[in-house]
Amino acid sequence: MPVLTYSQALNEALREEMQADPRVFLMGEDIGHHGGVFRVTKDLIDTFGPERVRDTPISESAFVGLGIGSAMAGMRPVVELLFMDFALVAADQIVNQAAKMRYMSGGTLSVPMVIRAQQGGGRGNGAQHSQSFESWFAQIPGLITIAPSTPADAKGLLKSAIRAGNPVMFIEHKLLYSTKGEVPEGEHIVPIGKADVKRVGRDITIVSYSRTLLFALEAAEQLSRQGIEAEVIDLRTIEPLDMDTILESIRGTVRLLVVHESHTNCGLGAEIIARVYEQAPDTLITPARRLGAKHVPIPVAEALEDAVLPQVADIVKAVEEMM
Amino acid sequence: MPLSPNRLPDAYRQMLVIRKFEEAIRDLYMGGKIRGSFHPCVGQEASAVGACWALQKDDYMTCTYRGHGQALAKGLSVRAAMAEMLGKATGCSKGKGGSMHFTDPSVGLLGANAIVAAGLPLATGAALASQLQKQDHVALTFFGEGAVNQGVFFETLNLAVVWKLPVIFVCENNHYSEMTVSHETTSNSETYKRGESFGMPAVVVDGNDVEAMYAAVEAAAERARSGGGPTYIEAMTYRLWGHMMGDPEGYRAKEEVARAREVEPIVRLGKRLKELGYSQSDLDTLNAEAEAIIADALQFAQNSPAPKPAEAFTDVFA
Repeated sequence: MPVLTYSQALNEALREEMQADPRVFLMGEDIGHHGGVFRVTKDLIDTFGPERVRDTPISESAFVGLGIGSAMAGMRPVVELLFMDFALVAADQIVNQAAKMRYMSGGTLSVPMVIRAQQGGGRGNGAQHSQSFESWFAQIPGLITIAPSTPADAKGLLKSAIRAGNPVMFIEHKLLYSTKGEVPEGEHIVPIGKADVKRVGRDITIVSYSRTLLFALEAAEQLSRQGIEAEVIDLRTIEPLDMDTILESIRGTVRLLVVHESHTNCGLGAEIIARVYEQAPDTLITPARRLGAKHVPIPVAEALEDAVLPQVADIVKAVEEMM
Repeated sequence: MPLSPNRLPDAYRQMLVIRKFEEAIRDLYMGGKIRGSFHPCVGQEASAVGACWALQKDDYMTCTYRGHGQALAKGLSVRAAMAEMLGKATGCSKGKGGSMHFTDPSVGLLGANAIVAAGLPLATGAALASQLQKQDHVALTFFGEGAVNQGVFFETLNLAVVWKLPVIFVCENNHYSEMTVSHETTSNSETYKRGESFGMPAVVVDGNDVEAMYAAVEAAAERARSGGGPTYIEAMTYRLWGHMMGDPEGYRAKEEVARAREVEPIVRLGKRLKELGYSQSDLDTLNAEAEAIIADALQFAQNSPAPKPAEAFTDVFA
């Protein structure tokens, strides 16, 4: 199986879907001849031309809105935001328009559109270029939210997102683009709403996604050397949430830790743990825990950013305390 | 081709349907039968009818929360609109959208919008779809002059020109942004100049003259269809009622409204029809026909069932 970077896997998904479906087209800043700041759209303009790989002005509200309008009129736009932080500039179009259009129209309109962007910290990009918004998006009825951690999942989920027929927030991570992995060629589809057990273990379930999923796997390796076997679940899709996979896992491990890079406060960890106590109240033998960013804006200096964002050592320590 | 004089009686009836629709909603609202807000378009019927009648049925349109008339003029069923206002299962959005979200893609209506200026990029996106699909649909977006200070207004005008999209921007200038006199909060209240500054043709039209509106939109649509890109039309009109039900209208004098009533679109078209030789009895007949259409819609809506509670959980996703 070919080994690709996360960027190359996304590029392959876009290329295949554009070849298969003439309705699919791309819009975003610097995505044409420049190929995207993170190279995800590299060379696509050579194959598909500037009509279908459209460089936009720096006008997030307008080009997200144009995406929605074109989707309602039969196209399948994939809109790239340079940084997910800029989704806030287009928040009206995403939240008030895209997410609600089908509902407000009584099902007569639909918005088959993907908004892709990278998010997260770890690179010193500062407070306006390092945020993680999946908990916000998951609070909006009408949006599907996806956050793959591996190149294979990135390809398979992007293809599913483009075909989903609904507005999808497709969350990439700036520090995953150069990671490598085996990626199936051609028709490789990962279903939306299905988590994946990335490591099997008996002692504790660690639920994560996106870049912190890799941290969880690394922590599991270290814990294994102490004789603690962690099961690591990659959510892959944030909304709809695959609770079945989580519940099945904790019935065996009876311990749960949720790890994410977005802020802990009102974050996905709180949601998952609340659902666990509602749906399987007597399963856990030790209180569930969550790890996320501390409640400050994301700083630039490495020593500061590392103190704010969850690290591998934090995961190891939390698990040790729970055993 | 200008709007044929033969169609003016139909336009008169259509404008009366819109007026009577709003009057019926007012009565229902006062009787506590309408939930939420109601933003009447009374006085702005000519721009709605003139503009929409210059389009094809499958041309796209977005409108505003003051858009009942625009939606009806584009072809939304009066019954479905009335039922939507009363929150009935037979409403155009099954009771989920209400007054500010009239939608009917079968007549190109991609939704009214409750966010000021949000419909501009949506219509422009539909125009982009038409261009990409090599079809000759155009898109028209209605907005008020209150929308011209929103960021997305400027962003969208720019993109429409840069990509030469087949879109028509129709600003209904009714002089009031909600409860504020527009020129007091707008640096240059001749909004067409904003369209012009992006390099698109921009015209000012008497928005209370249905024939003038038709001609302006028809020319813009023809230009758009032949690859000439967007046009900006500023339709000068007047909002005869308040921003919404319950607006005390402290921002304007009663005399100003009284003067506006003398030149409002239905009065004007009535005079024009008489000049063309129609009698008062002809006008009365058109009026009675409009009344019958509204009475039928009211009866349909009132006799329609409320949506079942389970319906609240459908139509979130395709």
